[in-house]
Amino acid sequence: MNHNALPLFEVFIRSKRGLDHRHVGSLHAEDHEQALEYARDVYLRRSEGISIWVVNSKDIVASQESDVEQFYDPMDDKPYRHAMHYQLPDEVNNM
Amino acid sequence: MNAKNEPQTVNKQDLAAYAIALGDDSLTLGHRLSEWTRNAPFLEEDLALTNVALDFIGRAQMFYSYAGEVEGKGRSEDDIAYLRDCREYRNLLIFELPIGNFADTMARQFLVDVYDAAFYTALLESSDDTLAAIAAKAIKESRYHLRRSTDWVKRLGDGTAESHEKMQKAFDAVWGYTQEFFEVDATEQLLIDAGVAVDRPALKGEWEKLVQAVLTDATITVPEDEWSIRGGRSGMHTEHLGYLLAELQYMQRAYPGCEW
Repeated sequence: MNHNALPLFEVFIRSKRGLDHRHVGSLHAEDHEQALEYARDVYLRRSEGISIWVVNSKDIVASQESDVEQFYDPMDDKPYRHAMHYQLPDEVNNM
Repeated sequence: MNAKNEPQTVNKQDLAAYAIALGDDSLTLGHRLSEWTRNAPFLEEDLALTNVALDFIGRAQMFYSYAGEVEGKGRSEDDIAYLRDCREYRNLLIFELPIGNFADTMARQFLVDVYDAAFYTALLESSDDTLAAIAAKAIKESRYHLRRSTDWVKRLGDGTAESHEKMQKAFDAVWGYTQEFFEVDATEQLLIDAGVAVDRPALKGEWEKLVQAVLTDATITVPEDEWSIRGGRSGMHTEHLGYLLAELQYMQRAYPGCEW
């Protein structure tokens, strides 16, 4: 089998209930079903998670370096949109 | 099987021999699968096959350790694995067959996984608590193994002309080894009657049904029962086991008692 011909998938793992899925890496597989099984075998060998998402890498639309000026710079001078002056209680761990 | 509330006494040595035979099934296949490590078609499959190999080797460790305890001769799981010769091994022949090509490996694995899924489901009901506990761990692994191997049988059987041909040849070549899954001798029958061992002949109907369904789906012709071979449980093995044990046992044979 020509490994390079296999589509690439991105793998997202939820490590425990209440947390979000996080990107952990990528792998090659023939289709979604096989990608899910390989994600289990490659990324969950040491009980790293309880839920897996796999997404075909070509279906991910990413922002480009050239988008920076339009996308992000306009937020720099609008501090009132940030919760930066708000004191977080110690009990809040995931914010 | 009898209900768990009717404990029956069984011969300790028979029970130990039974656990050793189950350990031998697991160890020989675990070793075979480990031969794919760093040789699999691609990285993801390499890791997946190695995981499966480790599941089987882990089972062998549990069965041998229990056998050593039951027989009371002071043998450790390592003694049982490393210091017995071919004729003392009791695995069914299908487990010791060489890995062949990837289709050969997956055809054998699928037939074994269907058998294991049924076998360990039945062993969960064993009146022997330790065997039932090992089964509880193994059944989850085997269901996953079966999911994987079913996937591959369909993928290759219903894939390209070449993959179909290789898969068909693989099933034709291994088919005659499957009858042994469902045959027991008088000693094992005693353990079955006592509710300790799995009534393997009773698993045949379920096994055939699932195998036929998947093979049909995979466009593979179910082989005819033209020939069959047996002997593993009485220590009569194929020529392949000797080579397997030579590699598996080399260190302990060359450097007795060596540890690292």
